[in-house]
Amino acid sequence: MSLHFIQEPLDHTPPAIAPTQPVTLHINGEDHTIQIAPWTSLLDALREYLDLTGTKKGCDHGQCGACTVLMDGKRINSCLALATVYQGKQITTIEGLGGEDDLSPLQQAFIDHDAFQCGYCTPGQICSAQGLINEGRAKTEDEVRELMSGNLCRCGAYTNILSAVMEVLHDGQVVVDNGTLVTIPMQPTQSSSVN
Amino acid sequence: MNSFTLTQAAAVDEAVSDFAGHTGAAYLGGGTNLIDLMKENVSRPTHLTSLNHLSALGQIEDLPGGGLRLGALATNADTAWNPEVEVRYPLLSQTILAGATPQLRNMATNGGNLLQRTRCYYFYDLATPCNKREPGTGCSAINGMNRVCGVLGTSESCIATQPSDMCVALAALEAVVRVQGPNGERTIKFEDFHRLPGDQPELDNTLAPGELITAIDLPAQGYAKNFTYLKLRDRASYAFALVSVAVGLEMDGNTIKTARFALGGVAHKPWRDQAAEKMLEGQTASPDLFRQVAAKVFESAIGYGPNSFKIELGKRAIVRALKQATEMDQALDSNAFLNTNP
Amino acid sequence: MSQTIATPPTVRLDSDVIGKPISRPEGAAKVSGAAKYAAEYNVPNLWYGYIVDSPIAKGKILKIDVDAVLALPGVKQVFTHENVPSFAWFDRSYKDDVAPGGSPFRPLHEPEIMFSQQPVALVVAETFELARYAASILRIDYEVDENFNTDLEKARAAGKGFDAPKGKTGFLPPPKPKGDAEGAFKAAPHQVTGEYTHHAQHHNPMEMFATTVEWLGDGKKMNIYDKTQGAPNVQQYLRKIFSLSKEEARVVSKFTGGAFGAGLRPQHQVFMAVMAALELEHSVRVSMTRQQMFSMGHRPHTIQDIKLASDEQGYLQSLQHTAFAETSQFEDETETVVNWSGILYKCDNSKFGYELAKIDVDTPADMRAPGAATGSFAIECAVDELSYKAGVDPLEFRLLNYTYSDPTENKPFSSKRLIDCYHEGAKRFGWEQRNPEPRSMREGNMLVGWGMGTGCWDASMQKAAAKASLSADGKLTVHSATNDQGAGTYVIMTQIAAQTLGLPLDQVTFVLGDTNLPEAPLQGGSWTAASVGSAVQATCQEVGKKLLKLAQKMDNSPLDGVAFEDVQFADGHMRANEDITKSVAITEVLATSGEAAVEAESSAQPNPINMLKYSMHSHNAAFVEVKVDEDLGTIHVTRVVNAVAAGRILNPKTARSQVLGGTVWGISMALMEEAYLDNNLGRYMNHNYAEYHVPVNADIHKIDVIFVEEEDDHVNPLGVKGVGEIGMLGVAAAIANAVYHATGKRVRDLPLTIDKLL
Repeated sequence: MSLHFIQEPLDHTPPAIAPTQPVTLHINGEDHTIQIAPWTSLLDALREYLDLTGTKKGCDHGQCGACTVLMDGKRINSCLALATVYQGKQITTIEGLGGEDDLSPLQQAFIDHDAFQCGYCTPGQICSAQGLINEGRAKTEDEVRELMSGNLCRCGAYTNILSAVMEVLHDGQVVVDNGTLVTIPMQPTQSSSVN
Repeated sequence: MNSFTLTQAAAVDEAVSDFAGHTGAAYLGGGTNLIDLMKENVSRPTHLTSLNHLSALGQIEDLPGGGLRLGALATNADTAWNPEVEVRYPLLSQTILAGATPQLRNMATNGGNLLQRTRCYYFYDLATPCNKREPGTGCSAINGMNRVCGVLGTSESCIATQPSDMCVALAALEAVVRVQGPNGERTIKFEDFHRLPGDQPELDNTLAPGELITAIDLPAQGYAKNFTYLKLRDRASYAFALVSVAVGLEMDGNTIKTARFALGGVAHKPWRDQAAEKMLEGQTASPDLFRQVAAKVFESAIGYGPNSFKIELGKRAIVRALKQATEMDQALDSNAFLNTNP
Repeated sequence: MSQTIATPPTVRLDSDVIGKPISRPEGAAKVSGAAKYAAEYNVPNLWYGYIVDSPIAKGKILKIDVDAVLALPGVKQVFTHENVPSFAWFDRSYKDDVAPGGSPFRPLHEPEIMFSQQPVALVVAETFELARYAASILRIDYEVDENFNTDLEKARAAGKGFDAPKGKTGFLPPPKPKGDAEGAFKAAPHQVTGEYTHHAQHHNPMEMFATTVEWLGDGKKMNIYDKTQGAPNVQQYLRKIFSLSKEEARVVSKFTGGAFGAGLRPQHQVFMAVMAALELEHSVRVSMTRQQMFSMGHRPHTIQDIKLASDEQGYLQSLQHTAFAETSQFEDETETVVNWSGILYKCDNSKFGYELAKIDVDTPADMRAPGAATGSFAIECAVDELSYKAGVDPLEFRLLNYTYSDPTENKPFSSKRLIDCYHEGAKRFGWEQRNPEPRSMREGNMLVGWGMGTGCWDASMQKAAAKASLSADGKLTVHSATNDQGAGTYVIMTQIAAQTLGLPLDQVTFVLGDTNLPEAPLQGGSWTAASVGSAVQATCQEVGKKLLKLAQKMDNSPLDGVAFEDVQFADGHMRANEDITKSVAITEVLATSGEAAVEAESSAQPNPINMLKYSMHSHNAAFVEVKVDEDLGTIHVTRVVNAVAAGRILNPKTARSQVLGGTVWGISMALMEEAYLDNNLGRYMNHNYAEYHVPVNADIHKIDVIFVEEEDDHVNPLGVKGVGEIGMLGVAAAIANAVYHATGKRVRDLPLTIDKLL
């Protein structure tokens, strides 16, 4: 049996493409003017028009947090933001928090605690953690876990992310109870002695 | 995402007339749902009237008579962490914090929260028939993967749910929605704001075309002593509710004087059952009573296979939520937003 | 029984670099956003491709109306099966290094639709936004074939199963039967029969699959920045299809934002990007959407039947394990599922089986601990069930049935300290305080459950090559075309190189992810440390030998007449083992020789004799605490102890992260992951990151990792077994077993969502 299925244009008279306009974004302390149409997201503006690729695209739908940036100090998902609407706001991206030779305490703590593996969610995690610190709401481990839950990490570095954030949040003064590492040293090969 | 033009409205009147002046227009608030839907081609406005410069709608202010007005453009985060809301309406604060993520709450607005569209898988997927998205094409969910769909007030044409957490609390708190449109201002009782799918599931609410939410008014009674928001979901955070319950009680010792509660995740609107609320009032709190009330709420429920569990889960959630709200003194935790996960 | 020939390990045990918790050298690039992933090479004049995928599961494209799309200013081309040139006649040209048997999917090749979300067109435009919009107005007419089936249960009931064919590299058919499994089962006093299932799971790495092709304007020369677990595999795939030389198709993959198996085979976006670049003679980027990440391989839905029986004391009498798994209509994806049961437990009567059935989905793919994660869940739950029937503690039960040799191959293990994982893990967890009675442990509203599970994974090695260059300033650069998807390749290779030549870590740079470099295998199977590590070590030893020769040419050389085996490299010096005062600085050797650099290239491959003599495996034991809300069915994993025996641990910091990640994957598999397949439509419906659940930070609590290090001279020169997969194993079963302990309810169908506990 066969049917007909038409994947058809959604709108029979497609709208004309809206013209591009100059849009000025204030990013990491500097103004950048780009020529874009209203349909360009803040995330795509950063990555495709300004070569600020530190901000990541993990889903493009507000479902993963990889695109987290700070807007006037508050964390937002840049994939759901239209760039043109964010003119006049202070945008801070991972590049604005610290460069390779000039790491912020959070960035350094993420390295020290091995709070990432593939590194793709990491800029979003760090921007989110900076937002968390700015908010001043989370103090305990459980609060940090909950308020860091807007950032998926498929590598599963969550316990180390918690350690890194807690360290900076409490200036290293709080012991985090999220698991330890034990190494049992080698013994001579067993295959020679058993069986 | 199709192409569109965009206007930044500087005042509410201007926004309303800008919207009226463009066919295919939509209002843009925080964008957390609209931009998502546009990227999926589920929503295809050709013009956006941006409300982001309407700072007057971003306020939270006292109302005469003891209520509180939440500006439609105030963000979910600013609302949940507003000191007045935290003290007088902790149920609302807790409920907002149980939804989405810090990033989304920093963008999402109160008005937009009311307009969130369903998370039914089929609604989001243009490859599938969906009466809500394309009226008349049929409902794929009824015989499909409907685990997230509704069990109360459903219709043959749609079993979708309203996904908001905040709205569940607003229903229990009997908020009032203030709107402005081409024909001026009006108010809508919260229970009348969202609608059941019936044979017009494409309509989520009772807003007239072009109407804009300007504020949400909370009545004076905030049930700040005995309240709970219980949210059951597939992971500890950043997931929509399978079932949720918002409860606000006025207690006199162990006697329930006033009871308001609403459910999320089970219907096309936050589900209130006033007859069930009445069953509680004047009664001594007890597990038996809670079970009777829960049974009453789900009397008319229909399961569709994968989602049938919501009927039993919903009943248990009501019992637990009422218990938590009546035993508030024991259960109270300083971290409201951690309390919603059992 | 067996004798070990003691050969000293090549890397010294008292090393100052190997085995130390060194931070990743690429860390600063990752935390500052400087690390560039495939879709982040913003080459000049870049065009964007957007993939259109099929709304139907089976049928045929009748017509594609491209006119309206091409009329949009800025749209460059619409590629479909109608206009994509036939690059290679034979489908075998589309076979990559790890393709299973069958006929590989050829993107945009034919009008036939074989699975929902099959890519059917690529729209190329000047901007991403325009390409996305243009894709949405492409009209395609399909003829729908309703005669499709995506339901594995239905295929099974209809008798569609067939014995899994060989064909895929690394696939082991089920072990041969032993004794009389059915007779022994019937005669045994304690029996368990169970069916265990999990459904399709998608890898969903954080970085979406993407390729940026930089068109260099010099013939067909391209730099192809691809998301992959192995640039060489992608290169040979592209070369065969498009008839390109190595120089023309340079594939680069410096950073890979997770892949977990999804990046083993070249994915369709790399085909599309390269095809479009060649056709348009232009730089092109193609990125998948998150939704499209559900159209490119998944852990296959598998139904497992286990029959297990023991005597009164708890000794296994019968072990029967069969698996029934899905594959696509066009390829026979195979996993090693049931063999692990036979490797883990001693039993004289055993029987195994593995069947596939074809359904109308895309070909499944290896996904972290492929096969083992599946098999381990089933056998470890069944063992737990049988231990209850026999009245033996689950840990004690495993100790009773412990084996020191591999029963499936009748070989000794090259090393196996699983028994120490059991003891150390149990001690740390506090297992002896466990009340065995289900529903006996409580904390307020919560039922508390403790459960355990075991896992086993191959310690394998592949051929790999590396080259090294030590410059006059004492800086060493080592190159290999391997990959780092987050596993820690950068750091451990740096450590091995630094250790071998006795150089400080900051003098050593490791370069990977480029087909211009010496060939290395895909990053998968937990074999990178063994394979590339051994190649790096061998290469650095070659450099060392050359250095020694140069040193011996020096006037009055203190190392005159000393053999390479008798020289040690430390602190930037070469020293004679016998008399460490006989020493010379490496920089001095280079300066005296006048050479600008000392270079070497070498490779390493597995030792076939050792492979014949020994069974080589890593093992783990996972202990889990869950708290279950008695009324509401919510499950929290509050504590995990994961004890791992995987040979030598090169870097406890990054190895621990691998095990933490594996543990999170186990939790995820147990509690959350399922792609909901609508069999009416033949389509995964929760195809996004909001509805396909993986854990968030709030789901993950305390995880202790224990490494029980093994000295293993047989497995490879470094004595490493790899840690990418092993940490995931046993965890899902441990959770299911803990939930039983907490609630008295056995759930054999993953994930353990709230509805299954009501």
